[in-house]
Amino acid sequence: MSSPVKLIGAFGSPFVHRTEAALRLKGVPYEFINEDLEKKSELLLKHNPIYKKVPVLLHGDRTICESLVIVEYIDEAFDGPALLPSDPSDRAAARFWAHFLDQKVPLLPADPYDRAMARFWAHFIDHKACAKPFMLSMWSEGETQKESVKESKENLAFLEEQLVKGTKRFFGGDSIGYLDIAACGMAHWLGVIQESAGVSLVSDEDEFPALRRWAEEYTSDDAIKPCLPDRDKRLTHYVANIDKYRLMVKAPPA
Amino acid sequence: MATDVPAVKLIGWYGSPYVHRAEVALRLKGVPYEFIRDDPINKSELLLQHNPIHKKVPVLLHGDRTICESLVILEYVDETFDGPPLLPVDPYERAMARFWAHFIDQKFARPFWMSFWMCEDDEHKEAFVKEAKGNLAILEEQLKGRRFFGGDAVGFLDVAACGLAHWLGVIEEVSGVTLVNGDEFPAFCKWAKAYVNDDTVKQSLPDRDELLAFFSGNKEIYMALARATLHK
Repeated sequence: MSSPVKLIGAFGSPFVHRTEAALRLKGVPYEFINEDLEKKSELLLKHNPIYKKVPVLLHGDRTICESLVIVEYIDEAFDGPALLPSDPSDRAAARFWAHFLDQKVPLLPADPYDRAMARFWAHFIDHKACAKPFMLSMWSEGETQKESVKESKENLAFLEEQLVKGTKRFFGGDSIGYLDIAACGMAHWLGVIQESAGVSLVSDEDEFPALRRWAEEYTSDDAIKPCLPDRDKRLTHYVANIDKYRLMVKAPPA
Repeated sequence: MATDVPAVKLIGWYGSPYVHRAEVALRLKGVPYEFIRDDPINKSELLLQHNPIHKKVPVLLHGDRTICESLVILEYVDETFDGPPLLPVDPYERAMARFWAHFIDQKFARPFWMSFWMCEDDEHKEAFVKEAKGNLAILEEQLKGRRFFGGDAVGFLDVAACGLAHWLGVIEEVSGVTLVNGDEFPAFCKWAKAYVNDDTVKQSLPDRDELLAFFSGNKEIYMALARATLHK
């Protein structure tokens, strides 16, 4: 696959990070096109007319949108056999070799059940753990905030359990995989947002030890580090915009 | 000769398009399964034990494995069992199928729901109808003259879009609001007909008259919910 790869993204977005992390882990060279989200370009609007959001992957004449769809595409399109050949006997062979592809480790696990689990938990992160309850716990107040903090902590506990089960270094096992990338927001953005809002979901040193350790491992990884936005810059950004976020959780979505 | 074939069970509620997705996938792959009918008003211990996070159906039990979320189940069934592939082989085509399935789940529900159940004189209704029709037009374009989204045979995206093929017409009839017509959406209408008449799909579609009675019975509730959630 030698067609050029370009990624339309924006500084600081965990969704964009997911796709950069996937490209880097697969060793795929790409051109990053920085987008100004306040003034969206023709290029972005042309390639993502439905959502008008980043990230957008351009691979030759192909366009792929939605961060998790892009991550699976990257996993399947670059290097090695397609993970799901249609012939059942080929499938077994592909799984066998996937375990030995040292350099380009598949992002999704080889076993269908483990893949289903990775997809399930990624969906959980996008719809529950990092979604409304999380935003309300950071930016609302009173009873709503208290209940949201409780719910957010329960969500974190579910994810903690996934790491503890099987004493894994990463959700993907020994190396970073699809679910680690999907959970990147919790590794790098969670701490910054908590600090900017003055709300702590992970306050006690004893709370969520596996998640803490995982976050440290993830953000220190050599492939991941170069595409993580600078922490201090993120903090400045969240502090500067806090009133906007507080208003946003109060107002109903348009 | 298979000796220890783990049993496949599917926990579902009557009339759910999400449950249908899982059922039709199993049938397309020729996988025998036991259907365990659950009650959404009175959820069973079995359901709550196997889907403690979302407490919803469908839930697939395969031996000692539990898989939740209909689209996750679709992919699991596709990858685990032999039979015609549900997702295309090409990575880009797979990405497109996943993207459009996600679009259907994220963008279709609310504008359609609100178009059907809001009062005629509510000023917001028109905007929802416009949005719903806009989304239909997008899907119309995706069919690109094909019989199914998957090509010649029912595939992942056809199954993901099942609600639009079978349930949509029923709800239009109950609510008295028509969004789909053959003039504006000819390819879509042909697709819906082809989908519901497919021999394998037919076996797991709830009876249309029963669905009609079910939704008619709950009409007032849906209208009240639409009013209540306008600003959510």
